[in-house]
Amino acid sequence: MDLSLSTRTEGDRTVVTVGGEIDVYTAPKLREQLIDLVSSGNYDLVVDMENVDFLDSTGLGVLVGGLKRVRAHEGSLRLVCTQERILKIFRITGLTKVFPIHASVDEALSATD
Amino acid sequence: MATVEVSFTALPAHVRTARLVALAVARRAGVDDDLLDEVRLAVGEACSRAVGIHQSKAPEDPVVMRLIDEQDQFTVEVVDIGPLEASVSPGDLDLDADALAAPAPRDAGSDPLPELLPPGFGLAVISGLVEQMGVTSEVDGTHVRMTWPSHDVMAPTAD
Repeated sequence: MDLSLSTRTEGDRTVVTVGGEIDVYTAPKLREQLIDLVSSGNYDLVVDMENVDFLDSTGLGVLVGGLKRVRAHEGSLRLVCTQERILKIFRITGLTKVFPIHASVDEALSATD
Repeated sequence: MATVEVSFTALPAHVRTARLVALAVARRAGVDDDLLDEVRLAVGEACSRAVGIHQSKAPEDPVVMRLIDEQDQFTVEVVDIGPLEASVSPGDLDLDADALAAPAPRDAGSDPLPELLPPGFGLAVISGLVEQMGVTSEVDGTHVRMTWPSHDVMAPTAD
């Protein structure tokens, strides 16, 4: 399974729907997508990972890079994830303290904290 | 002797293949289903790390992955040609959350940001994940070994 990416605008936020495997091979595509969004002025991102089947530390690095880029514009990067196997790597690495993680896209879209 | 040995060109595209092979052999060796996600992630981390090291030091040399099915355990060994980097010690993954979340310079543009996660991060993920893991520096390079319990699987019977 390769990586699938799609984006849509919801109010003032942009939802990036990611599916498949985010690893050392596919992570550069996600990085490009996040860079494109930020350079075209989208600073409030919601990354929906509900269809992500696999995520490794390369993928985490890309998400951290995305977070740093939106923060440079006072933006936000929120994750949507309820899958235990994906949440586990965020917990092991302590990145649950870095990313707001939501249970649904709706919740991420209405979050303001 | 390894049950299955895979040697692959140090390209990111082959890491997925290595994961799939490891997963198939682990299942066959009788590793519990609820450990298979862990096997997949740990093998992916070990192979990604080895590919990265080979790409910078010896792109022509293949990465070797050995899958060893023993009586009651299943071991994966990934060998790279590089010296062992200073790794984050197990259980010491308390990343500086504030530093990670700090804004990038606005002019970062499409340049890759400087290394975001510390060297040894992949190894630290493995050690946080796998109860039985070890890293050794040997003459042929660095060996990352990860072991999971397994139970004998009876040969499938024909219905």
